[in-house]
Amino acid sequence: MTNRYKTSGANRLWRLASNHTATGLAILSTVLVIAPLVAIFIYLLYKGASSLNLAFFTQTPKPVGEPGGGMANAIVGSGLLLAVGSALGVPIGIAAGIFLAEFGRGGKVANAVRFTADVLNGVPSIVMGIAVYALIVLPQKHFSAVSGGIALGIMMIPTITRTTEEMLLMVPHAVREAALGLGVPNWRSVLSITLRTAMPGVITGCMLAFARVAGETAPLLFTAFGNQFWSASLNEPIAALPLQIYVYAISPYDEWHRLAWAGALVLILLIVVSVALVRYVTTRGVLKGAS
Amino acid sequence: MNSKIQDVRVPGPFETPSQLRETPSAPRPGEEPSAIRKHLLARGSSSVADGGFRWLMLMCACSIFAIVALIASELIARSQLTLTKFGIKFFFDTAWDPVNGNFGALPFVFGTLVSSLIALIIAVPLAVGVSIFITEMCPRALRGVLSFLTELLAAIPSVVYGLWAIFVLVPMLRERINPGLIRFLGWTGLFTEPNYGIGMLAAGVILAIMILPVISSLTREVMSAVPHSQREAVLALGATRWEMIRMGVLRNARIGIVGSIILGLGRALGETMAVTMVIGNRPEIVKNLLAPGYSMASVIANEFSEASDDMYLSALIEIGLALFIVTIIVNALARVLVWAVTRGAPPRAA
Repeated sequence: MTNRYKTSGANRLWRLASNHTATGLAILSTVLVIAPLVAIFIYLLYKGASSLNLAFFTQTPKPVGEPGGGMANAIVGSGLLLAVGSALGVPIGIAAGIFLAEFGRGGKVANAVRFTADVLNGVPSIVMGIAVYALIVLPQKHFSAVSGGIALGIMMIPTITRTTEEMLLMVPHAVREAALGLGVPNWRSVLSITLRTAMPGVITGCMLAFARVAGETAPLLFTAFGNQFWSASLNEPIAALPLQIYVYAISPYDEWHRLAWAGALVLILLIVVSVALVRYVTTRGVLKGAS
Repeated sequence: MNSKIQDVRVPGPFETPSQLRETPSAPRPGEEPSAIRKHLLARGSSSVADGGFRWLMLMCACSIFAIVALIASELIARSQLTLTKFGIKFFFDTAWDPVNGNFGALPFVFGTLVSSLIALIIAVPLAVGVSIFITEMCPRALRGVLSFLTELLAAIPSVVYGLWAIFVLVPMLRERINPGLIRFLGWTGLFTEPNYGIGMLAAGVILAIMILPVISSLTREVMSAVPHSQREAVLALGATRWEMIRMGVLRNARIGIVGSIILGLGRALGETMAVTMVIGNRPEIVKNLLAPGYSMASVIANEFSEASDDMYLSALIEIGLALFIVTIIVNALARVLVWAVTRGAPPRAA
């Protein structure tokens, strides 16, 4: 909104000058914020695309000094860890979201759950890793994929809970009342009608949590631990894409650096596609204005 | 649905009143209930299933409490060795000597605080500036694109930031920026040789880039929650646009903006991977910001899987416990402040 009236008064020059300075500073800060993002993406594309080839997706890492090799075990490992994490996090998260939206509105328990979910969201991921290490790795006396998956699953729960609650609250009351008026039991109405109506939003919430957790390394450092060789077993240490990128990035070998860039590109593409999909779904149709 | 319901004719909208049946009412004692009522009563009560379902959802919601309690109890239980041996002195001792069993966490606390402070100093003006631009000054068409881009910054994983920082940011700092800092600001004692590139400043800069989207998205939300009447009132009194923003929006939203800054601080305190890759891993307290340092999360990440004895492990877990408590307090404070301004609507930070 521009000021169409002539600014008058003794200090009008100062006021106009500060107005224009503020606009300039705001534009400058926007440029300074977007610049690293663009720089990271361009550099990632430049460095990663040149090392991305079929061998990257099909081979396991070669010994140091030999060119080539890939991160196939890390990609599969990440998939397995995320599958275990989703199996734990998605049902519990959606159930907690259903509770907050359908049964707990305004109650003390619901407020406490919401607050705790937000606080759990902010706990550093490495602390989650320590807790899962103490709970699962120490008694078992070995690192395993299942402990890494559980750590990731616990991290997904707060995000999925909050987004499920928001999406369920957006389902119009008339839909619920119509179902209840026809004699559908409450539990059936929540599951088959309210949840199904909000399903696109709930799925995008799960994808958001999935994308966030896909890039997490810290909790995997001492639960899944990483693996140089092919492993798809739940009870052994397993490689993961972000973990492998970390190990390769801090190594002194150029070949490993190259692989790290390629891995980072694959990881980023996965995440950008999920985030863009979330944006697309929530700006169209029933969920317009959700995000 | 059961076909028995179709036996009862419900009058349509255009039928004459004489064809209407009586309005259905509850059956008087002794009277036969209508077909619909018989059908609905025959299906039985779903109160058991409803109660069970509600209980199941409640259990899942309470699992969040259980998770937090479990994490806290495990952290406290496993750090008993150093808790009992060193007590509170643990956080004020500077010697980190795993070989001799001497553990002091002050260098890590210092490193975490200093890198987070640098990050806040860099990130807060930029984030508030971006938020002001997007909510107040931006043409409507650009708004979606810019907010998407800032949220994309939040989606980039920490390792990728660290990878980029090692190969792009640190050389840039070492060759272009640090010499300038040493020459012009070296008199403060904060920027002196030796200049490795890797160090506290690099960690602070990459942390700033990472907490920018957190602060900016919450600030945008808080600024949008200010009612338009406030803006219009200030404009009606003849204010320029900047004065409208300052007096009408920022003044009303300042509690929420403080909350978003605290949330950004909470994120910076716990950030592990990117900081580990550029902070230099040297547990020393020096005044030079260009010198390598160490942070609480970094020492856990680096030394946890190599901790050979129980005392070492206990010391690391105690550092993790301190991180846990501090981030819980900081996040709780931030959420309270933001909720106070947005009236209980869930915050949208990624």
